[in-house]
Amino acid sequence: LSELAELAEKVVGWSRPGETIEAYLSRGTETDVHVYGGDIESLSSATTAGAGIRVVAGGRQGFASVGSLEVGALAEALAEARDNAGFSSPEPWVGLPAPDGARPAVLDLWRDELASYPTERKVAAALDLERQVRALDPRINRVESAQWADVSGEMALASSLGVRAADRSTACYLSVTAVAGEGADSKEAYGYTVGRAPSELVPTAAAGDAVARAVRLLGAAKPRSAHLPVVFEPRVSARFSSLVGSSLSGERVLKGTSLFADRLGQPVAAPGFTLVDDPTNDAAWGASCFDDEGLACRRNIMVQDGVLQCFLYDSTAARRAGTSSTANAARAGYKSAPGVGARAIYLVPGTLSPQDILAQVGDGLLVQSVSGFHSGVNSISGDFSVGVEGLLIKDGELASPVTEVTIASSIQRMLQGVVAVGRDLEWLPSSAAGLTLAISEMSMSGA
Amino acid sequence: VTATNNGEALVDEATVATVLSRALATGGDFAEIFAEDRRGSVVSLDDGRIEDLSSGRERGAGIRVVLGTTTGFAHTADLSARGLLAAAEAASSVASGGGGGARQAPLSRRPDRPSLVEVLPTTVAKADKVELLRRADAAARAAGGSVRQVSASYAEGRRQVLVANSEGVLAGDDQVRVRFGVSVVASGDTGMQTGTESVGATMGFEMFDRYDVDALARSAAGRALLKLGARPAPSGTMPVVIKRGSGGVLFHEACGHGLEADHIAKSVSVFTGQVGEQVASPLVTLVDDGTMSHEWGALAIDDEGHPTARNVLIEDGVLTDYMWDWLRARKEGRPAPANGRRQSYQHLPMVRMTNTFLLNGDADPDEIVRQTPNGVYVAQLGGGQVNTTTGDFVFGMTEAYLIENGVLTEPIRDANLIGNGPQALRDIDVVGNDFAMGRPGTCGKQGQGVPVGMGQPTLRVRALTIGGTAR
Repeated sequence: LSELAELAEKVVGWSRPGETIEAYLSRGTETDVHVYGGDIESLSSATTAGAGIRVVAGGRQGFASVGSLEVGALAEALAEARDNAGFSSPEPWVGLPAPDGARPAVLDLWRDELASYPTERKVAAALDLERQVRALDPRINRVESAQWADVSGEMALASSLGVRAADRSTACYLSVTAVAGEGADSKEAYGYTVGRAPSELVPTAAAGDAVARAVRLLGAAKPRSAHLPVVFEPRVSARFSSLVGSSLSGERVLKGTSLFADRLGQPVAAPGFTLVDDPTNDAAWGASCFDDEGLACRRNIMVQDGVLQCFLYDSTAARRAGTSSTANAARAGYKSAPGVGARAIYLVPGTLSPQDILAQVGDGLLVQSVSGFHSGVNSISGDFSVGVEGLLIKDGELASPVTEVTIASSIQRMLQGVVAVGRDLEWLPSSAAGLTLAISEMSMSGA
Repeated sequence: VTATNNGEALVDEATVATVLSRALATGGDFAEIFAEDRRGSVVSLDDGRIEDLSSGRERGAGIRVVLGTTTGFAHTADLSARGLLAAAEAASSVASGGGGGARQAPLSRRPDRPSLVEVLPTTVAKADKVELLRRADAAARAAGGSVRQVSASYAEGRRQVLVANSEGVLAGDDQVRVRFGVSVVASGDTGMQTGTESVGATMGFEMFDRYDVDALARSAAGRALLKLGARPAPSGTMPVVIKRGSGGVLFHEACGHGLEADHIAKSVSVFTGQVGEQVASPLVTLVDDGTMSHEWGALAIDDEGHPTARNVLIEDGVLTDYMWDWLRARKEGRPAPANGRRQSYQHLPMVRMTNTFLLNGDADPDEIVRQTPNGVYVAQLGGGQVNTTTGDFVFGMTEAYLIENGVLTEPIRDANLIGNGPQALRDIDVVGNDFAMGRPGTCGKQGQGVPVGMGQPTLRVRALTIGGTAR
């Protein structure tokens, strides 16, 4: 047993008659390097560790977390969680999961290479990325920042119902924000590369992407308002896929706040739209052997060829709905109690290249980035309205860049309006993958 | 009232001095220790049930060593001398070979600001906090049969900090905040709509003497019900009137971030090099003030140990100053930075806003609407976002109406507005005399969230783009 697993076991051993306990422990070691103007701007390194403890007694749940793995701190957190449980509403469905017999996938998410990678080489990689970006195009007049970040993380979970889980993973990341300028006009864009070990990074791709995306926005103008076809680049479609995924939470269905509550078995999207959450795919950055209640992660097809197939559940929502957990318990680290969430959402790729999709669309708008997602997207009404940067599409080719413009529609209309799904699946350093996606019509607001 | 030294219990003064000296040993020219003990609790009600009570505690220190423009940083949850010295060693490695030659200045303890908290939230029974949420739930559900779901939350936090640095700063603070929010979902023929209200203050449980949770819940429910009958928001550019207290986010995004000295230092702000220039309508006087007692973004000291201040950023439309943290102030040879903040001991400080607001003008707010033939009236705004390089910013409206012939007519559905910071500031053509602070905000920058306050009187922007769907 790892040290974390032993500690989790110890906490569970403190349970009293009539209560069940779950201990979730995690520890991560991180290095973060920012460079600017050929020098190190900051270099941070640290190990962060903590525990989240759930106590359920008489159908009531309490939770407490602590940023420490000291035995005394864990005991205090347990006492606090126990006290908290006394004030919540008792419900028959509240409780921890029992082992469900599902076998965890065998995933390869850890690289020893990262642990022994010297700090000097991380700094050098960030400096080199900054140099590459500057050298690629004379219109790049600043690099706002170039960054190296890595994390080696491990978790262990134990519960007094017999669930045991332990997992570990590594990841490293290089990113850069380039600023292109011509006269008074400035535009910025970022590029990134991510891998589980330094040898998997492709810095030239990050540099090329940041430069191309910043430069092509130069000279952007505010277009007139219009209703037109919209093409999302992979980074943008990934955010919308995540949004759809959050609307498919079984907990929200139970509470009557899911757009899709009464739509199981019905077409909710255009044919060709298949949405999957699969943390057992080790290409996904959210890949994991276990969910955050310790059940084995599994592949869930939520929407198949446009038809709604299932909702996502953790054990509590599943018990209330009279179904079983889809192993979609998720938490934002040890500080939060688990809720329902996806880890590895993607759209099943189609056959078209991005160029094919532009040609098919003819005239429209290519969206390269969105802003105001948190203020402009209402996943309950389904309405969304977001600021965008991108380029107009004319006769199947990219044309002039646009600025100070929004696009708006609703999730429902967007899903029905999917007219092309790209083949260019890209796993992002988040809980989703993206690909080029075309929508028949949205409102573009400009001058 | 007994005199206290806030944060003293975290690390004693002798250890602070030892650790700072160790941090400078490799040749750094500045060292700092930021120790923090943070406790918080959240009670949440959803679907008529108290679903969860959660508590958390984080305790540790971050150590920063600077050599020229390079910063080394490490943090630890181990506040013993041993743990702190290990972090100091890690943070100082970046300065190795540096000829900083800085010596530890004698520590000079800054007197604490007396606590303004009347009722520490942790002394209030959990059952009383649960009761607040139950009242909000009942009041929202009583607002009408179309109310489909209610969620409400109560959150309290206490953050005790100690900051010391090689320039002799030694200061502590005890920050207590309380927040309450309610969110209502209403359902009708047109689908579902949401309404929210939230209040927060840098104070204790006595905040609930100021605010009536029943009224807040009714207001949130009213907003959701109103929007069931709302028409699609317009699509295009038009005059926008923003109700007092709801639109501080306009300034936070349109220019607040762009006036942060770290963006200026890298020339990634449209306001770079513009001090002394007319950057806004003469009606605009914008202030950032961390000293406002009880406001959500209030602090006695910033997270670098410097007393907060009232800073005028724009006066009568002329840019007077940026906001500063220690690193950027030193580079420019300026004294008294007051805006260095961080999310926690695990983060490096950077330039952040505190309470940012527009001062009163002299227009009658009702007259502003009457003098607007056609446009949009925004009664509640959500969050926003800005690209400081281009100045383009967005913010969401969560309660808004059409203005037709100088009168508010129909409610419109939620949408984002988009504008360009410098242009929007010049386009402010009327400012009311009804100043109010707005809802508690959490400002995110480079992955760090900090509490910020915002405020403004009713005002009009001649032209902003409404990102709706109306044809």
